[in-house]
Amino acid sequence: MSSPLSFTISCMKKYPRILMIIAVLLLIGLFIFPMWRITLLAPQYPNGVTMYIYINKIGGDSPSTLQNINILNHYIGMKYIEPESIPELKYFPYIIYSVMGLGILAAVINKGKFYMAWGILMVILAALGIYDFYLWEYDYGHNLSDTAPIKIPNASFQPPLFGVKQIINFTAISYPHTSGIMAGIAIVLSFVAWKLKIRNEKYAEQVSSDSDAYSGVLMRSKA
Amino acid sequence: MKNLSSNFKNVLLVIAGLLLAASCNTPGNAYKSGALAGDVASQVYVPPGEYDEFYAFMSGGFSGQISVHGLPSGRLLRIIPVFSVDAEKGYGFNEETKAMLNTSHGFIPWDDAHHPELSQTNGVTDGRWIFINGNNTPRVARVDLSTFETAEIIEIPNSGGNHSSPFTTENTEYVVAGTRFGVPYPQQDVAIDSYAENFKGMLTYISVSEEGDMDVAFQILLPAFDYDLAHSGKGKSHGWTFFTTYNTEEKATLLEVTASQNDKDYIAAVNWKKAEEYLAQGKFREVAANYADNEYDESTQMATSTMKNSVKILTPEDCPGLVYFLPTPKSPHGVDVDPTGEYIVGNGKLSADLTVHSFTKMLAAIENESFEKVVAGVPVLQFEEVVAGVVPEAGLGPLHTEFDANGNAYTSFFITSEVVKWKVGSWEVLDRAPSYYSIGHLMIPGGDSKEPQGKYLVALNKITKDRYLPTGPELCHSAQLYDISGDKMKLLLDFPTMGEPHYAQGISADRIQSKSKKFYPLEENKHPYATLGEKDARVERAGNNVHVYMTTIRSHFAPDNIEGIKVGDKVYFHVTNLEQDWDVPHGFAMMGANNAELLIMPGQTETLLWEPKTVGVFPFYCTDFCSALHQEMQGYVRVSPRNSDIAMTWKLGEDDPVQ
Ligand SMILES: [Cu+2]
Repeated sequence: MSSPLSFTISCMKKYPRILMIIAVLLLIGLFIFPMWRITLLAPQYPNGVTMYIYINKIGGDSPSTLQNINILNHYIGMKYIEPESIPELKYFPYIIYSVMGLGILAAVINKGKFYMAWGILMVILAALGIYDFYLWEYDYGHNLSDTAPIKIPNASFQPPLFGVKQIINFTAISYPHTSGIMAGIAIVLSFVAWKLKIRNEKYAEQVSSDSDAYSGVLMRSKA
Repeated sequence: MKNLSSNFKNVLLVIAGLLLAASCNTPGNAYKSGALAGDVASQVYVPPGEYDEFYAFMSGGFSGQISVHGLPSGRLLRIIPVFSVDAEKGYGFNEETKAMLNTSHGFIPWDDAHHPELSQTNGVTDGRWIFINGNNTPRVARVDLSTFETAEIIEIPNSGGNHSSPFTTENTEYVVAGTRFGVPYPQQDVAIDSYAENFKGMLTYISVSEEGDMDVAFQILLPAFDYDLAHSGKGKSHGWTFFTTYNTEEKATLLEVTASQNDKDYIAAVNWKKAEEYLAQGKFREVAANYADNEYDESTQMATSTMKNSVKILTPEDCPGLVYFLPTPKSPHGVDVDPTGEYIVGNGKLSADLTVHSFTKMLAAIENESFEKVVAGVPVLQFEEVVAGVVPEAGLGPLHTEFDANGNAYTSFFITSEVVKWKVGSWEVLDRAPSYYSIGHLMIPGGDSKEPQGKYLVALNKITKDRYLPTGPELCHSAQLYDISGDKMKLLLDFPTMGEPHYAQGISADRIQSKSKKFYPLEENKHPYATLGEKDARVERAGNNVHVYMTTIRSHFAPDNIEGIKVGDKVYFHVTNLEQDWDVPHGFAMMGANNAELLIMPGQTETLLWEPKTVGVFPFYCTDFCSALHQEMQGYVRVSPRNSDIAMTWKLGEDDPVQ
């Protein structure tokens, strides 16, 4: 019969796997919630204009937000933001599916280094994704049409990656949003899973090599 | 010559003398301001960027429109075109809205708009629609308060001068339309002298569906009195409508004398629930008629005019218990029902007293058949049996009464130029405040509903004189705002109004604000000539008719160069505004167009007809400052001779032609 402690230990044993499954589930958020949010503020836009970036689409607070942003951008000769012409929005979802598959695999195998590997893979992918995001922002901000009606020498039109920046009459605010934060938590969870797993593995070794000491602990705790 | 010039000098001297005297007599500020006390400025001050507490909808009278003001600031927020064409908005000029002004007399570009009336649910203003009557060519309009656009106009048959209109019933089951001018029934070529014999007065009930659709439900044939104003019962008197009458003498000439002879005229009490029963029993006559029902469809963005050809008529002889007359002194103007529904105030405009009838007493008098006589099949109830009380010598020339939430009534007195506050039930006068000058109607937000929202009273004055900087012989009409939250009325503000407001309605902003539309979604645009993307912009010829499918977006038209138009063509510019953001209209103006401009809201399509008469190249442009490059928003149409073989071409941009 299982004592309370052995029950706790068996739960402790399950933790890494549970955490890993939660991490995988958190990634589903990428298909439901935006990962990043860019808000433009100006006096004529009392509620701001907010663009939401998802893993597979770009949206706004209304269906017409993107059109309204494009209309503003065309004065300075910025390319239209057309989600159909951004290939990443098409293949990123498949990368996420694969990563989720790998995460489940890691949970099945339930080995510390697999959790670690998954976490590192995620970090690399996130870094690449953010770098890609930066490249797009750089492209939109610098690759301006020669025939732009409004040309401002030395002005930077590139939106901020993270933080607040003044772009002519607009204050641009850019921060991760719900599913971006969820993906971040997923990474943290995978590393926690790795740490716990390592500790459990070490503990199991210790227990099997010194079961007397273990019963001693048990008795003391009962006393 | 000499005589003439010295006469002229004398005249000048006299005028100079008069001017001097006038300047000596200029009343002091205390008089002009009604002795304003305390810090009234802060009570009407709405800081920049903040909102007024109430919407006020004022009729435009001879402007034919409704103006929307904010209260307490008095700021003008918008003018809603209703019965009159409005070149600024293209209303009545563009192809979509011309049909709104169709009548059995053809297209009528103007009317005299008198009484705005908010829709109600359970006797409380609900902010769905506002109705207004056209007095001249009898009509009733419905304005949608999510768009502030006129949604429907229905013509009233067998009527002349639709004045006692469009007062609503408690749940907007009906709005009414009583004729102010008797007309021959049926309309025919008869001697005007035969008025009493051949002329009739018709009361019309217009049903309003859940979606707002108006229909002439039935009419009640009555003697040719002048039916002046109306109000429907509420609460216990729900199911009844009360119409004031004058000219019960039934005269057709020099009415100022001939129609002012009877000591008492009538308030006609109509039991419309009873009318519904009679209709169900088939006790009506279906009579041929010819009247227009014009509806604006928000999805096709187009008005269609339907001619209707019959109407159901009820007569008191066939329908006992349908109408009763309540004798009421001296040509009553307004008839106002207090929030409880018990008291019916007759504002006898040639009297010093206000007569108040009791609904309960009226029902008892009907029950006991306390009839004085029967006129044209309508029992006249005994005055003493229905009167609840009299507000004695409150002033001269009472016109109209509204109510607050605390059992007080406020009556406008035109002749003595004042508002008088009195207690409902005890009939004692509590306070009086002068108006500048000669108040007509007055308005308290919700003041004719079951739940007055109180706080403010607006006086709609008929005479302005020296209240503002002079603007030549013609002056604006003036409104005045009073604080009625305390025991004493306090004058807060003068503000100019549009046209001549005959009545107004007020409603707390929250009942409308949140429902206000920001733009029309393009995907809901079902206009038959809509162009939903720039790539679909094109020009199509069908004989002499040319259809230009044009789009606007900041800051260009597509197409903006058109060639192949010929003299004698009818060119229809169907302009779709592709913007999908709040407050980004574009305008469209074509040189030489004989109508007006278009002012196209985001997501909307509007059509301007242009008939070029000479060859040449003519510019068009955007009239609404839309963007930093608004001034560049322009284009050209080339017009060639009739026999030319220039091909039809169109484009936008040099290296990116649309075609
Ligand atoms: Cu424009």
